[in-house]
Amino acid sequence: MSYPTTFRYTKEHEWVQIEGTRARVGITDHAQAELGDVVFVELPSLGTVVKKGGHLGTVESVKAVSDVFAPLSGKVVAVNSDLESSPETVNQSPHADGWLVALELSSPSEANDLLDAAAYEAHIA
Amino acid sequence: MRYLPNADADRHQMLDAIGCARLEDLFSDIPREVLEKCEPLGLPMRSELDVFGELVRTAEANSAVNQISLLGGGIYDHYTPHVVGQILARSEFYTAYTPYQPEISQGTLTAMFEFQTLICELTGMEIANASMYDGTTALAEAALMAERIRKRKRVAVAANLLPQYRRVLNTYAWAAGLELVDVPFDVSGRCAWERTPENVSAIVVQSPNAFGVIESLGGLKEKLGDALLIVATYPLALGLLEPPGSFGADIVVGEGQSLGLPMGFGGPLLGLFATKMEFLRQLPGRVAGRTIDAEGKTGYTMAAQTREQHIRRERATSNICTNSALCALAATVYLASVGAEGLRQVAELNFAKAHYLANEIGRLKGYRLAFDAPFFNEFVVRTPGSADAARRKLGRMGFLVEDPAELEALGVKNALRIAVTERRSRAELDHMIAALGGRR
Amino acid sequence: MRTLFDYPPREGVGGIFPTCDVPSGSPAEVLGEGLVRRNAPRIPNLSEGDVARHYTQLSKLNYGVDDGIYPLGSCTMKYNPKLNEDVARLAGFADVHPRTDEPLAQGTLRVLFELSELLRGISGMAAVTLQPVAGAHGELLGMFLFKKHFEERGETGRTRVLLPDSAHGTNPASAAVAGFSVTEIRSNERGTVDLDSLRAELDSSVAGIMLTVPNTLGIFEENILDIARAVHEAGGLCYFDGANLNSFIGRARPGDMGADVFHFNLHKTFSTPHGGGGPGAGAVAVSEKLVEYLPVPWIAKAGETYRLDWDHPRSIGSIHAFYGNFLVAVKAYAYLLQLGDEGLREVSGDAVLNANYLQERLKKTYSLPYDRRCKHEFVLSGEGFPDHVSTIDIAKRLIDYGVHPPTIYFPLIVREALMIEPTETESRESLDRFAEILETIAREAREHPELLHNAPTRAPVRRLDQTQAARNPVLTYPFGEQTA
Repeated sequence: MSYPTTFRYTKEHEWVQIEGTRARVGITDHAQAELGDVVFVELPSLGTVVKKGGHLGTVESVKAVSDVFAPLSGKVVAVNSDLESSPETVNQSPHADGWLVALELSSPSEANDLLDAAAYEAHIA
Repeated sequence: MRYLPNADADRHQMLDAIGCARLEDLFSDIPREVLEKCEPLGLPMRSELDVFGELVRTAEANSAVNQISLLGGGIYDHYTPHVVGQILARSEFYTAYTPYQPEISQGTLTAMFEFQTLICELTGMEIANASMYDGTTALAEAALMAERIRKRKRVAVAANLLPQYRRVLNTYAWAAGLELVDVPFDVSGRCAWERTPENVSAIVVQSPNAFGVIESLGGLKEKLGDALLIVATYPLALGLLEPPGSFGADIVVGEGQSLGLPMGFGGPLLGLFATKMEFLRQLPGRVAGRTIDAEGKTGYTMAAQTREQHIRRERATSNICTNSALCALAATVYLASVGAEGLRQVAELNFAKAHYLANEIGRLKGYRLAFDAPFFNEFVVRTPGSADAARRKLGRMGFLVEDPAELEALGVKNALRIAVTERRSRAELDHMIAALGGRR
Repeated sequence: MRTLFDYPPREGVGGIFPTCDVPSGSPAEVLGEGLVRRNAPRIPNLSEGDVARHYTQLSKLNYGVDDGIYPLGSCTMKYNPKLNEDVARLAGFADVHPRTDEPLAQGTLRVLFELSELLRGISGMAAVTLQPVAGAHGELLGMFLFKKHFEERGETGRTRVLLPDSAHGTNPASAAVAGFSVTEIRSNERGTVDLDSLRAELDSSVAGIMLTVPNTLGIFEENILDIARAVHEAGGLCYFDGANLNSFIGRARPGDMGADVFHFNLHKTFSTPHGGGGPGAGAVAVSEKLVEYLPVPWIAKAGETYRLDWDHPRSIGSIHAFYGNFLVAVKAYAYLLQLGDEGLREVSGDAVLNANYLQERLKKTYSLPYDRRCKHEFVLSGEGFPDHVSTIDIAKRLIDYGVHPPTIYFPLIVREALMIEPTETESRESLDRFAEILETIAREAREHPELLHNAPTRAPVRRLDQTQAARNPVLTYPFGEQTA
């Protein structure tokens, strides 16, 4: 799977899709492949305020638990509640339907520190 | 040593194969000063015949087995059908490890699944784990689980809990920084719920309790707000009594010894732990689940493992690993043997015999029941004069009765706690009544 | 797999319990309606023959130590002597109530006391309690003792426990249950604790270290004395996890290595069976400074009389309903009495020799990330095979050859780990045969990888769908639904 060039990435394998001061967050195709079949996704409640690098949730496979860290600071304004009943969407569509949360960013400039697609691909190569 | 198959010749060849001159060289990574300090125990190697003989004699030094037991307080002298012991002696069960390789552990896993189902049926709950160490640690884990769910450090605890439950709960609560608030009991022997404690994560109650009294759980859950209702129970009694799940319990724990386990001086025991499906992710301990294999055939495997220590480490729901699997198998075979009908029968036998004895003792001069609330197979009786004197008298006649000190610590003086199981015959009970000294 | 709930119910089976021989009122009248069970539990009424056959059939779907080699690393699946089983079934031991007056239970108390003394000798430490009923329970007790020690000294700021990255999962979990936070120490390239990394963490917030000796790679910490000294100098305590005691029993003592707390797994080192996951027993030994905090009651001896001693006001309290798993303890006691000092040394000698023999042979076929002399176990890696063959495939293929796989994917610091512990009760022929099978599988992995991907094909079931089990948990029998 290709890594969208419009996204930004973290070394911890999260992606962000920024539109103005809002950002969608998910885990990368590489991350889902490493985890294997996702069986459970734990997401924060709406309104939770997170700092960049803070704990955002967990993604579980049968035999591993992976933390999801906030790539950017902000407030949780939407969560992908479909994942509750269909966690496999994270495997099937990690960069689109398998998104985890949307944040209202408190300091959008933090995004400058994130990786672009090429840098991320180099990171996982 | 005959447990070790390799002869000296094998050992020499093996040392040669790894290029090692002497066995001792394999231990050269241990600091020399440590090796030098090691002292022998002064224990000779002995034959099987010799050791067996000594242990038979040591077991015979337990003269208690020749007496008639009226001991209870959470552990009871129940009868176990012989089929249980025969199945437990199958080494395919007892020499297996935890079923981490499900394809060659379907025996253990199927039995775990059956056990979980049986415990849910008995307690009236939705899910159960594959066992905890004993009832007391199950209760302590329930309190910790309630804290994780409700995020409050206070737990209300019935003051008439069996002391061993309270001791263990105290220790775990101290370590976890939980505050335990006592809920007193009244003259009936039951917990007084007029004022339900506030701002607690859970309320802990035991039924039957330390006095053998059955608690009144009806309507309790509704008074608690969002606090969880944790009930410690006696599974054999649930053959006759309405299960805690019917009263809205959120977590049910219990001691499973009554289901086919020997008393064994209190171990190994069998911790039961059941709860609601919505709390699965906070459940401690192992769970077996049903699934299919690569050909679509039904099989069993461990489920929800990401809660456990081997995956989640310091964020696991518990540190438990080894549990009481073989004891759970005993309980499973026991329940399969007696069936629903047999379970009702044995529970009613306990009930009838205990009530017969209680009634008869109540007719003796100076004796009366300490509490008037209903009981199952265990009750507290006030003695005329010192309880110890009555106990000594019974002891001389071959009856085992518990030291009254434990009741005294609960504030009940001059009283004895008496448990009666299906194993006590009418002749024994009548003999006991005679021993206590004539009818009124 | 048929469950007991799938059997047709029988009528008129009963017969286990006698009819009631006392006059009795109806329970509903005595108790009142609300307390009497309305709906019977759905437990089928079966004949004894049904039950015996059902569980005999289930037992045949299991693999136990009596079926063959069981080389689970860090689990010490040694042979379980049959004497032990019969001793624990003696009525004099099995049928004694825990509230029995001490004079009537002298035999049991004697076993508990004498076993504690033997374990104390083996540990070289100040005192032993038999109350913990599992290794992790012993760890938890150890962490409670750490907590109590610092509480008594007013050093409540000591909230961190250090752990190497190769530790068992129970170690961090036990520390957390006792309220400690966990700091991981990285292993060095030799697979042992890096002293500099350790020293960098040692400060007044550290309660101590938990260390498995030898570690989960089967490597003895050569710097154990320096580690203990550094921790003690920083005011901390040393917990040594005794899961791997089988590798040095009778030759070295944790007390001489600087341990403040050490736990024994009676179900590993002392040959009591694992029972499909339990019960075990996890005695704990402590150094002088922690003795008074041990759980009550203690087992005491005065003259020739044994008794329970509750009078220890500074004790942490109790961690078990009674006195631990006595019927497990008595098996360990029987084992120790048979072995004696000479037998114990042979146990560790053969355990370590067997492991090194197998390691030497298998490293020619599989990669051995830490290539050095091991103690009782070693860790191979299943990396490096073509066609995505991974460790789980090797493990499942072993099942097709009729042997139990090793521990896999642990310790976490080795990729695709295969952790092998043969134990001393395997003969040289058994080790050779196991090695041949693993060599054959390595060949198959290159030539016919599908044999591994499809394995097992000769087990009672094929590979199970763990994903479905996790996504849609079915944890109880689905009454009323059709089942296979």
